Amino acid sequence: MLHHTVLRVVSKLLIPVIMLFALYVQFHGDYSPGGGFQAGVIFAAAIILYALLFGLDNTLDVLPSGVLQGTAALGVLLYAGVGITTVLMGGNFLDYNRLAADGPTGQHLGIFLVELGVGITVSSVMLLLYYAFAGRGSRP
Amino acid sequence: MRFSQLYNYEIAIFLSMIGFYVLVSRGNLVKKVAGLSMFQTSVFILYISMGVVQDGTVPILVDGVRVYSNPLPHVLILTAIVVGVATTAVALALIIRIKEAYDTVEEDEIHEQDRSF
Amino acid sequence: MISSAVTLQLPALQVALPLISAPLGLLLRRHRLVWALAVVVCWMSLAISWLLLQQVLAEGTISYAMGGWAAPWGIEYRIDAVNAYVALIVTGIASVVVPYARRSVEQEIDEGRITYFYVLLLLCFTGLLGMTVTGDAFNLFVFLEISSLSTYALISLGRDRRALTAAFQYLIMGTIGGTFVLIGVGFLYVVTGTLNMADLADRLPEVTQLRTLHTAFAFLVVGIGLKLAMFPLHLWLPNAYAYAPNAATIFVAATSTKVAVYALLRYIGSVFGPVISYEDVPFGEIAIILAVIGLLSCSFVAIFQSNVKRMLAYSSVAQIGYILMGIGLASKTGLMASLLHLFNHALMKAGLFMAVGCMFYRIGSVRLDDLRGIGHSMPWTFAAFVLGGLSLIGVPLTVGFVSKWYLVLAYLEQDLWPLAFVILFGSLLSVIYVWRVVEVAWFESPSPRAAEAREAPLAMLVPTWILLLANVFFGVQTELTVGVAGLAAQILTEGLR
Repeated sequence: MLHHTVLRVVSKLLIPVIMLFALYVQFHGDYSPGGGFQAGVIFAAAIILYALLFGLDNTLDVLPSGVLQGTAALGVLLYAGVGITTVLMGGNFLDYNRLAADGPTGQHLGIFLVELGVGITVSSVMLLLYYAFAGRGSRP
Repeated sequence: MRFSQLYNYEIAIFLSMIGFYVLVSRGNLVKKVAGLSMFQTSVFILYISMGVVQDGTVPILVDGVRVYSNPLPHVLILTAIVVGVATTAVALALIIRIKEAYDTVEEDEIHEQDRSF
Repeated sequence: MISSAVTLQLPALQVALPLISAPLGLLLRRHRLVWALAVVVCWMSLAISWLLLQQVLAEGTISYAMGGWAAPWGIEYRIDAVNAYVALIVTGIASVVVPYARRSVEQEIDEGRITYFYVLLLLCFTGLLGMTVTGDAFNLFVFLEISSLSTYALISLGRDRRALTAAFQYLIMGTIGGTFVLIGVGFLYVVTGTLNMADLADRLPEVTQLRTLHTAFAFLVVGIGLKLAMFPLHLWLPNAYAYAPNAATIFVAATSTKVAVYALLRYIGSVFGPVISYEDVPFGEIAIILAVIGLLSCSFVAIFQSNVKRMLAYSSVAQIGYILMGIGLASKTGLMASLLHLFNHALMKAGLFMAVGCMFYRIGSVRLDDLRGIGHSMPWTFAAFVLGGLSLIGVPLTVGFVSKWYLVLAYLEQDLWPLAFVILFGSLLSVIYVWRVVEVAWFESPSPRAAEAREAPLAMLVPTWILLLANVFFGVQTELTVGVAGLAAQILTEGLR
């Protein structure tokens, strides 16, 4: 844990902005470059920045690794769940056109949900990786 | 003349050879992983550069632009990058466990310990 | 009507089912529950692949458009007799190994990690099935990496610290292999502008003389060769098999190299087609030469191993030599022999490793010294080992005989009798290494550990015997395997069209 006042103040200002940017990349991904992978990594980067400055223990209080394992699994399930839903609605696996009455709306909905799943999983896994490596070093 | 036309491939070959050389010649496991990442990255550059279309622009629909670069190799390589990240993560995790078990990350020292074991 | 709708979705479910079960397992947490889930999923997958095979045999090739995107643009799952057959091998082995794994894993792996073991196993299963059913060159790379990454982690769960270095070594070599596949696929895309295998097969004949194509061929063969442990690219295999947890060894040994062989067959037979693979590029000759060297040298090395798992691992490399010998011949009989040996080797090697796993469960070691006299204290387990050994040697009435018979036939067909002799000589070498174990286990006085050992628990013994009885069953009743393998070989010699 570091006690640099400047770093702490600046990062407190920056972290919300980084998170917001991650959400922008996530939800604007179907119009411009972006999507779940990038957004997930950016979001995780914000939390990793927090962990670097305020310590791993504080971060673990907010996001325990057990919870992250759950969200990582949930993201994949969301992705696969969209696939199964399209199958149940009579289309092929991940055939988004079936999700809504008209094709383009269905496409939007499908991409949105799938990318959300990707984003959740990627950011959880990135944080879990960070925990796995950072946690080791602190042991005697 | 030829160099200037195909320089992207030459850079990719050059990078991959550096990566491969580091991978083969170094005994330090972390350096091996660095070499491996470099080798993979050279392939990413190969893929991305082959999607370029002469005078093409970023593949986002904009009025008045006709020629776009081919976005498919970029999409493919995004997947490959994720695979590369996952591989590096698994490799580093293994190295940490190896360090805990053997107390070294040098390949020859590990072999030494296993032989006497 | 509902049943026909389900039938249409089977190719996607074959991959999606294990894919969904992996995160579900992570959420369940309790390892007994995850185990039960894994068993159910494997059995359902087996049922799906059986239905797919029936469908393929009745109606011909199935094409499934992922996400509803039509074939050359979207990802296509394309199932014909070749991959329906390979999927049946993978799911069949998984259905027997996972029930067996429970006791073995509970003993070998820390309580907290057992859940991860099953999740990784399911992911590996997903990757292998994905490689099998996909009809898209790049998709195959992605699934290859999914299965490889989970295999590295599975191997590193072994108790022995050498499992870690074995996993690392496999990771380095496997990633080089995977990256080579990626380069090969990239070159194919450069020359044709497509990634769909059927589409590639259509377009490649127009560009056969391009050097890029031959480079792509070389990268793909070397990359996949690393995965299937083609001699001399097999160096990762003995350590990985020897130090992985027993259940992981059984699963990986019986399925992962087989699927890699399938990928090789798919590329040389369907994508490049026999003309490019065997006439423009001397793949046949290279494969046969490497196979013969690998077969003889690894059988020879196996004789001198003191660790039974390592011995069986070297024997695996030798057996892959047989498979490559059949592929190198470029004849229908040769390919059929190879495909038969895929199935048969999966059965016999899984059976043998399971018997060894039972012994490990009781005495905690697989070194020959500790196995002295084990035949007396664990008669059923050891009888299973002997039966598997006989199959490995190729004694009539076992599956090993069937595939070697066709392989020898294929070589005699081409008047290559010296190579047919090599096949028989390889069997002779396997007699020696199997006999070493039998001699130690039956004719020597028991080691302290072996004397105290009891028979393995039924939960492990029953799956072992199921596989070994399958060895005998398919050795006698050859209609199904020979029929399907013949059909698959037909498809591969004709190319995709």
